[in-house]
Order: sequence, then structure tokens, then C-alpha cells
Amino acid sequence: MIGNFIDGPLWYFSLGVFLLGVAWRLIAIVRIGVAVDFSEPRNGGSGGALRTLFSRSLPRRPVITRGKVQLVAGYMFHLGLFALLFLAQPHVEFISERITGFGWVTLPHWGFILVSEVAFAGLLLLLLYRLMNPVTRLISDTGDYTASLLVFLVMLSGCLALAQAYEGLRLLHLLLAELLLIYFPFSTLMHAFTFAISRGYTGASMARKGVNA
Amino acid sequence: MNDRIEAALSELRNQIDARVSSYFSSCVHCGLCAEACHFHVETGDPRYTPIYKLEPMRKLWRQEHTLSGRLGKMLGRSSGPDERDFADWEELVYDSCNLCGRCSMVCPVGIDITYMLRKQREAFYLSGYTPDGMQKALQRTLDIGSPMGVTLKTLKATLAHVEKASGLTIPIDCEGAEYMALFSSMEVVNFPEYIGSVTRIFDAAGLSWTISSEAFEATNAGIQIGSRDGAREIVSRAVNAAEQLGVKYLISPECGHAYTAIRWEGPNLIGRPYKFKVIHILELLEQLQREGRLKLNGKSDTPMTLHDPCQIVRRGGVVDPPRNLLHQVASGFVETTDHGSMNFCCGGGGGVSANERAEELRLRVFGRKKKQFEESGVNTVVTACANCRIVLEEGLEHYEMDTEVIGLTELVAEYLEQGID
Repeated sequence: MIGNFIDGPLWYFSLGVFLLGVAWRLIAIVRIGVAVDFSEPRNGGSGGALRTLFSRSLPRRPVITRGKVQLVAGYMFHLGLFALLFLAQPHVEFISERITGFGWVTLPHWGFILVSEVAFAGLLLLLLYRLMNPVTRLISDTGDYTASLLVFLVMLSGCLALAQAYEGLRLLHLLLAELLLIYFPFSTLMHAFTFAISRGYTGASMARKGVNA
Repeated sequence: MNDRIEAALSELRNQIDARVSSYFSSCVHCGLCAEACHFHVETGDPRYTPIYKLEPMRKLWRQEHTLSGRLGKMLGRSSGPDERDFADWEELVYDSCNLCGRCSMVCPVGIDITYMLRKQREAFYLSGYTPDGMQKALQRTLDIGSPMGVTLKTLKATLAHVEKASGLTIPIDCEGAEYMALFSSMEVVNFPEYIGSVTRIFDAAGLSWTISSEAFEATNAGIQIGSRDGAREIVSRAVNAAEQLGVKYLISPECGHAYTAIRWEGPNLIGRPYKFKVIHILELLEQLQREGRLKLNGKSDTPMTLHDPCQIVRRGGVVDPPRNLLHQVASGFVETTDHGSMNFCCGGGGGVSANERAEELRLRVFGRKKKQFEESGVNTVVTACANCRIVLEEGLEHYEMDTEVIGLTELVAEYLEQGID
């Protein structure tokens, strides 16, 4: 009974909240608008926006040494999570069955295990750094810890459900993923979408001045 | 809540545009911005983390632009910023931030923290929580015309000395001239050799130029403190003078924040594009050199490095001209480890040099420049901003370093070819 609810209505509800929530947040940001800039640009802004959209994925030299823990852990977590979400066989099968109607190439089982461990290690490192570093401890709020905890639980339950031996574990993993989807639009997890707007705005405004941001 | 704080909160609310909202939505509090900020790097104090300096603005954004904030407000469990926040954050917003923009260059999600800090200062100004030194600098500019109290008489006295030394005449209020030059008070009072240098260079290049007796001050204390009305008034003086004289170009002096004020913020302060173009003195010198109108002869073989003024380079986009010019006149030019758009601020930008109570912190943070210069292995530093220059000289004096600071325009003038057509 509960399994059917998690597998059916709650899935569609959480997906709906996620999609509508994300759209609402993005529209709410963009509709505020920005003032017209009357200064004469040195260059056009769109090229800079596009450049910064990608260039900020790589760190600048001055922070590579000082921020190496955040950088290494950040790459491990984000790349691992991306591979896990979109290249792991169970996820691709789920997405194909429930959303797209088609699948794509998946990671071999050993690759799945590897990226899981990389993502897990990255998340734990980031969480430990957040708790132990004076800067991140000062600036982090409840939302940062809630998001980290939810993602951690989703990944942990995913690992436990990996063998696909117990239906209960699969349902627990799905339930936690659904809670994450519902929480997503109202949390710092929105950075997965808004980073593109932020990088775009900064890249464009700096390109107008002739600065490669 | 008193009227000042209500006005400040209203201003803070108005300052939250799509950029600010996207920035706060994207921040995951990774702390990388702290690693770029010289105030944090040199002191290790986590309160100097750039994004933390925006906490009052973030509080308001969270309360009014997020679901949890709105729900919290409805249930009485979430509070926005209040007078206490303005009082507690004043030091972080003014004393420990040069608006240098280095943090904005490293944020992985692309947040322009400096853009937001500049906006937040507008609310702080209305709250009344601003440094005394900066308030007085603004008042002097509005009352007298200059943050250092320089009047037209002072300028004319300096110009007379320059004319006597150079044997040239400095044109004042010449309608129809192609270029109008602005200066910073620091140049008039402390570095009149800059004025002498541009006079000689412009004469040698055959430039049609003038100074306006109505507006000669380029710096803008209104922008630094966050007074929009003050900033608009100061910019308007230069704009009106340039438009009355009918010049095609307004020359921004070496001064860094003057360039940001007149080139990038000015049109937005007056709400329209200018009827003339703004050109930085280094851009103009490079252009004259490229056109063959500025002829140079010889080079210094003294090893020297360049201190990039933040507002000219990182926030202004004049990155290559200082290097190209320096290569023309110096054979021993070496870059510091972090240079160009990633250079460290001298510590005096953003009004910090006008804020007496920040002096101890500023000199402590200068330790970063000291390390940069020591690593470069040279004893001569070239810069292109009078404010940077005085702050560098004070810092070098404080650390008892045997390092000379020289202005780039003066260095170029030194190698001016004599007897040009």
C-alpha cells in the first residue's frame, strides 16, 4: 500500500513540485529585472556571458592552493553525482520508464560503484570541511546542512539498495529522492540551475568593460 | 524603528535586482571568496569573508524572496535586518572591503560580490552607519568641489608651477577642444608631476585639450560611501562641463575609482548616455603611441614591477595598456605573481584610505603587497593611480621597505622624444 503510494502518486507529486518550483524560482528571479546600463560598452555582453558560463567551472590559479579541499571535494561530488544520476543503469532505466521513454549508454557495474564512492567521499569531505573550517562554519546556515543531509541520505539509501535484493530499500531510496525533489526548489540546491544565470550576468557585465571574468 | 533605518531598508529592498537575487540563490557558502580576499588572507579572520559582509542584504533577500523566509515572517519566526545589523556590519562593509572585486573573480557560481557590496553601501549610507572620514570627504566634495579641499585657486597655483617648469601653457575653458582632462585631488596636491607629464605629452602629441574651471575633480566620494545623490551631483559637474565645452573626449586621470565613477557608473547615475566618450589616460597614451603621435626614446634598465589599480584593471578593463606602455619605456619590467585582473589591492581602495579608523587594519593587510613585491625581487614599483601610490608609499614606509613608487604617466613622459613635430 505504502509502496504503491511511493512508487506512484508521491513520485508524480514530487516531480510536479520540483518542475513547477524550479520554474517559479527562475521566473521570480528574472522578472525582477536589472536596470538599463547606459555606459558605452567596450565589448558585447553575450560572448562574455557564454565564456564565463563555462570558464568558472575551472578554478583560477590564486585559489587552487588555498582552496584545494573545497575544489577537489567539489569536483569529486559534482562529477560523481552527475555520473551517478545520469549514467547509472538503475537510474537510466527509471528515467526511461517514467519520463523519457528511451534510455542511453550506462556505466558498467564497477564504474557505477566507483562513481558512487567518489561522489560519497566528495560529499563527506565537503560536509566535514563545512563543519570544521572557521569560514564555512560561520557562513553556513540550516539550509546548507539540511540540503547536505538530504543528499547524503539519498545516496546512502541508494548504496544500500544497490544490490536490488530488498524492495523495501528501493522504496526507501525512492521516498528520500522524492523528498529531495520537493525540497529542491526552496533550497540552496537551486544553485544547480541559478549558477547559469549568475555566471551569465557576471560574465556579461564584465565583458562590457573588457574584462575576462 | 527610526526613519533612517526604514529608509535604509527600503533602499536595500530596491537594490535587490535579478542579479542580486540570482547571486544569493546560487551561493552555497563554499567560502572560496575568502581565499581571494586580502583582508581574510592576511588576518585569517573569518568575518572578513566577502559574502559574509553581505549578511544584512542576504537577510532581507531571504525574508522577501524565499518561501522559507516568507513563511517564517508570517509565523513571526524570521526577522529581516534591523539597526543592530547596520551597526554591527559597518566595519565589515567599509573598513575591510576595498570594492576591489578579487572575490568576484573566483566565485565558482559566478557571484559578483563587489556589485552587491557597492549596492549595499547605498543602504548603509541612508542608515547613517558610515565612517566619519568618508562622510567628511563627501561633504567637502559637495561643498568645495574636492574631497581634499582643493579649490580652483589651488589648482591654478599648481598649474602655474607646471607652466613655469615646462614653459608650456595649460589651456583652460577652451570651447571646441577635442579633449577635456580631469584630475584627482591627490594628483593636484601630492603628485603635481602627473599634471606636468600630461601637459608635456599632450603638447608633444599636438593634442587639442583643455581643463574646465567648472569641473576638474575626477574622484567621487559619493560612489565610495554609497550616496547616490552625492555621486550623481559630482558626476554631473564633470558631464555638464564637458558638454558645455563641446569636447569629444573626457580624459579620466590615472586615479582608479575616478575611472569607474566617470566611465562606468556616471551614465547610470545621470540616467542617460554621455554626448562624449570617456577615455582613461593610459588608453589615450597607448592610442597616441600606436598612432605615432607619442614618440618615445630610450628605456629604463631599472628592474621594476607594476601594481595594477583594481578599478582601472580588474573593474575597469584597462588591462593591456599599462603593460604595453611599460614595455616601451622599461627593459626590466617583471610581473608580480598575481597580476592583471588577479592583482591584490593596495588596501586603500573603496574609500578605505579616507577612513582613518581603518588605518591599522589597512597597514596589516598591506603585508600581502609586501610579500608580492619581495617575491618580484625588484625595488621599483610602477602604478597608475595617485591613491594607490600614496597608500603604497605609506605601506612601504610602515614596513621599512627600500622600494620606490613611480607613476606610469610620469615614466612615459621621462622618455618622451624631444623635438617632435
